[in-house]
Amino acid sequence: MTTQMMETARDTRTIQLADGDGWLTVCDRELLTPGRGVAALLPDGRQVALFVDRAGRAYAIDNRDPFTGAYVLSRGLVGSAGGRPFVASPLLKQRFDLETGACLDDDEVTVPVFAVRAD
Amino acid sequence: MPVSTPPTAPTAGVPTIVVVGHGMVGQRFLEALADRGLTAAAGTARVVVLCEEPRPAYDRVQLTSYFAGRTPEDLSLVEPDFMARHGIELHVGDPAESVDREARTVTARSGQTFSYDTLVLATGSYPFVPPVPGKDAEGCFVYRTIEDLLAIEEYAKTATTGAVVGGGLLGLEAAGALKGLGLSTHVVEFAPRLMPVQVDEGGGAALLRTIENMGLSVHTGVGTQEVTAGEDGRVNGMALSDGSSLATDLVVFSAGVRPRDQLARDCGLAVGPRGGIVVDEECRTSDSSVFAIGECALASDGRVYGLVAPGYEMALAVAEVIAGNAASFTGADLSTKLKLLGVDVASFGDAHGAAEGCLDVVYSDSRSGVYKKLVIGRDGTLLGGVLVGDADQYGTLRPMTGTVLPVAPEQLVLPAGAGGPVTLGPSSLPDEAVICSCHNVTKGAICEHTTLPEVKKCTKAGTGCGSCVKVIGQLLPQPEDQGLCGCFAYTRTELYEIVRTLGVTSYAGLLDSHGRDAARGGDGCEVCKPTVGSIIASLAPTVGASGYVLDGEQAALQDTNDHFLANLQRNGSYSIVPRIPGGEITPEKLIVIGEVARDFGLYTKITGGQRIDLFGARVDQLPLIWTRLVDAGFESGHAYGKSLRTVKSCVGQTWCRYGVQDSVKMAIDLELRYRGLRSPHKLKSAVSGCARECAEARGKDFGIIATAQGWNLYVGGNGGATPRHADLLAQDLSDAELVRLIDRFLMFYIRTADRLERTSTWLDRIEGGLDHVRDVVVHDSLGLCDELERLMADHVRGYRDEWAETINDPERLRRFVTFVNAPDAPDPSVKFVPERDQVKPDLDILAGPVLAIRTLEGTPS
Ligand code: SRM
Ligand SMILES: Cc1cc2nc3c(=O)[nH]c(=O)nc-3n(C[C@H](O)[C@H](O)[C@H](O)COP(=O)(O)OP(=O)(O)OC[C@H]3O[C@@H](n4cnc5c(N)ncnc54)[C@H](O)[C@@H]3O)c2cc1C
Ligand code: SF4
Ligand code: FES
Repeated sequence: MTTQMMETARDTRTIQLADGDGWLTVCDRELLTPGRGVAALLPDGRQVALFVDRAGRAYAIDNRDPFTGAYVLSRGLVGSAGGRPFVASPLLKQRFDLETGACLDDDEVTVPVFAVRAD
Repeated sequence: MPVSTPPTAPTAGVPTIVVVGHGMVGQRFLEALADRGLTAAAGTARVVVLCEEPRPAYDRVQLTSYFAGRTPEDLSLVEPDFMARHGIELHVGDPAESVDREARTVTARSGQTFSYDTLVLATGSYPFVPPVPGKDAEGCFVYRTIEDLLAIEEYAKTATTGAVVGGGLLGLEAAGALKGLGLSTHVVEFAPRLMPVQVDEGGGAALLRTIENMGLSVHTGVGTQEVTAGEDGRVNGMALSDGSSLATDLVVFSAGVRPRDQLARDCGLAVGPRGGIVVDEECRTSDSSVFAIGECALASDGRVYGLVAPGYEMALAVAEVIAGNAASFTGADLSTKLKLLGVDVASFGDAHGAAEGCLDVVYSDSRSGVYKKLVIGRDGTLLGGVLVGDADQYGTLRPMTGTVLPVAPEQLVLPAGAGGPVTLGPSSLPDEAVICSCHNVTKGAICEHTTLPEVKKCTKAGTGCGSCVKVIGQLLPQPEDQGLCGCFAYTRTELYEIVRTLGVTSYAGLLDSHGRDAARGGDGCEVCKPTVGSIIASLAPTVGASGYVLDGEQAALQDTNDHFLANLQRNGSYSIVPRIPGGEITPEKLIVIGEVARDFGLYTKITGGQRIDLFGARVDQLPLIWTRLVDAGFESGHAYGKSLRTVKSCVGQTWCRYGVQDSVKMAIDLELRYRGLRSPHKLKSAVSGCARECAEARGKDFGIIATAQGWNLYVGGNGGATPRHADLLAQDLSDAELVRLIDRFLMFYIRTADRLERTSTWLDRIEGGLDHVRDVVVHDSLGLCDELERLMADHVRGYRDEWAETINDPERLRRFVTFVNAPDAPDPSVKFVPERDQVKPDLDILAGPVLAIRTLEGTPS
């Protein structure tokens, strides 16, 4: 039963991250639950946190939580405030804007963002 | 870490400010310069800082927290890009060696010479070491810098006994640290009492008692005459002035501090007879282009201040003066509140009652180690006080110093139940009252803001020792909007009713139909998502939602712990707690836990909840571990969920000579009945076999104590931060009556409590309190009981083990990978180092800005 459901509903698009001049295909779109993230490993060893929001838009920021040093931002909860998407760190709950990487709870902190597309 | 930061803006033609010393006050001064635009980045001044220590300024006040796991990086007071952003030239590890006031230059140890227009000395203090023979033996230390702590920690590994010379504030802190390092610890204090500067005789006695009860040996009224060493040159003891001796492997001198004024002396600046660089009200030394601030300065009131708050005030005053404004430092208050070895100690104002004609109001209970004294002036003004053992009132009393108290002073010191204490709300304080003494922020200044983060950012209040944060919270406006969060204007209780009556099973649906206008169609937030997720899960069987919390949209609502059905740890690894109902476990199952832990290299610990926690699993290991556990008959312990945790038991009637009921069986039955029940906060329970209460049932949300006739049910207990003993709800219940009442009680709580509100706070908050709850659940005053019981029956019937469901479903298992594009690659940031024959997280690996790791190609599968 599960298989059949998957066949009809399967989203065949992929998530791609900007990598040098080209795009790196990271995974199938349907591996991401809207409102949640996953982590991806770049060829150079960097870790990226990927998210898809309810509207289906994809975002990518660095996976490292700058407040604790742990590589966990992909495991936070996604939300939106004033129409802007954010993720709340699962450790100490600081929120980061998914488009700019800016921390919403501390002006001085930002995390890198990555260009991402879903097609 | 860069050793020096080059200037980022042209500095030619602007004055140069050289700062000697990058300690707490030096850094505060730099911030004050930056705030006033006096930096190279602003193009107005060149700022050069000479820092003797091998690292930039850190929080010396919190030094001891290093032993509680805070790293030197955690203690840093300097934001990573602060120097670069303001173009400040910081020379780390390069102390000033001489000052030529004629030529206006400072020469550093590296040989570099800097010209200055303004010189600011912020060299702090050095620990005074009494000139006793043997003071330099191997194993003698002082307690001032991170380097000192690293050295003590290393040496303590080969020591079993430690002694601290000095029973003042720092000495006791050092003693606590030694004890924490596992040494049996002595404190030797020359004065007849501990903390002679801060507390009076009565306070010292209360402190002594509590500290001795903690297992420290205190020797007051004796001096150290000699430190003795063995043939290997290592310390082996101390000779004391009363003729006795003390065997010890390690000595920490904490006999006070002395201002570091040598640099100033050498260049001919005036210093006081007992040390300290003489400054005027503007903190200017005898040379008008040289200032001195912090602990090295002898202030215009003739005092050297050994606390950070007055130093900060001096820093601000000097920055203001350099900016061309009028400012002065004429003296400060020596109030302090500390938690020494877990004991609250506070003193404020005229703590020793030096003013003429003043009288003391004292309450002292040496059994509980509580001592409170208020010093009242002849006209009834509060002049000062000492609080030991219970310093909760410090936050309100200190700012009232200098005013006439609105109630009789004795009412403020008496314990609850003896006609007091009257809690004086901070609303009774005048606007000028200083609320945060670390940063000298008044009530008026705080009340200009509306949220705590805003207060911290704009006024710095609450960012020092933190003792004022509670009062700040009470001063801020309580939000009028009772809504759950920015997304919902409803309370949790209202949302529960909406979900239940409308049979809502989708968060997005609820947000779009019942959210605030601006939030509809959006992604919600980290507050309402888990809350609604929990409500839907509590009601799942009733409203027809999936009982599995990670199915479909529900997966996106769960906090990270629920999302991986495990507890996230500080390094990104997870812990695993299998359920062990009632704490009863067979040897076979114990062996399985041992084997699993061994095979996966997990750190193993017995929890406070009578079960076993296995720490350090990577996300991708969770299913493998659980496959083994489920095979052996274990199921999820829900340590990650806001749900039932444990029902602890005592051994009870079966074995114990006092037991009157089978408490183990009842605990197991209850744990199995309520396992998996999602609730506003976690739920804990315990069952004791008799009134001796070995299971600590009255500390639980619902606790059961056996009687000869049956069971007594207590509710609303709590351990944790604000402990509360549970209240008796009903007595002498049969097994069936007991279960029925608990069913109703829990469902009524789940229905009406706020998000993250334990039963204890809920019971105290809801109108009518315990009596109302008893009316509802015992006497069925609202006619709700049938429904409450039905809801619980639905839950019990619908329960399935989350982990068994997960490992048997490949779709559900797909989320348990670290990297979506490299499912076989383990998380390179999750690493461990050995400790006491097990492992602990390697936090060094997380401290760097980037992780030095292997690349995708190089990752073994
Ligand atoms: C593992 C354990 C400590 C231990 O090594 O013994 C523990 C560990 C944690 N406790 Fe606890 N508590 C543990 C027993 C307790 C107890 C003792 C008890 O249950 O008998 C208490 C006091 C009793 C009580 O809750 O009333 C306790 C009071 C707290 C509190 C304060 C709750 C309060 O109402 O004030 C928190 C914070 C919170 O929940 O908001 C907390 C939170 C935590 C968290 C979840 C903190 C966190 O968010 O990471 C810890 C994570 C555990 C993990 O990662 O596995 N833990 N915690 C104990 C697990 C018991 C179990 O088997 O499930
Ligand atoms: C364990 C401990 C606990 C404490 N607890 C509290 C508390 O609870 N509350 C409180 O108010 N205070 C407390 N204090 C005191 C507080 O730390 C000091 O008041 C504060 O650090 C003073 O700041 P400062 O900048 O004047 O001196 P410091 O922080 O000592 O900084 C002076 C710096 O100057 C450097 N220096 C000296 N000479 C030179 C030179 N020639 N060239 C370059 N650099 C030089 C030193 O190496 C040092 O880094 C505590 C202190 C300790 C050690
Ligand atoms: S509570 Fe009573 S029955 Fe249970 S172990 Fe303690 S003394 Fe024995
Ligand atoms: S009183 Fe120390 S931070 Fe406010």
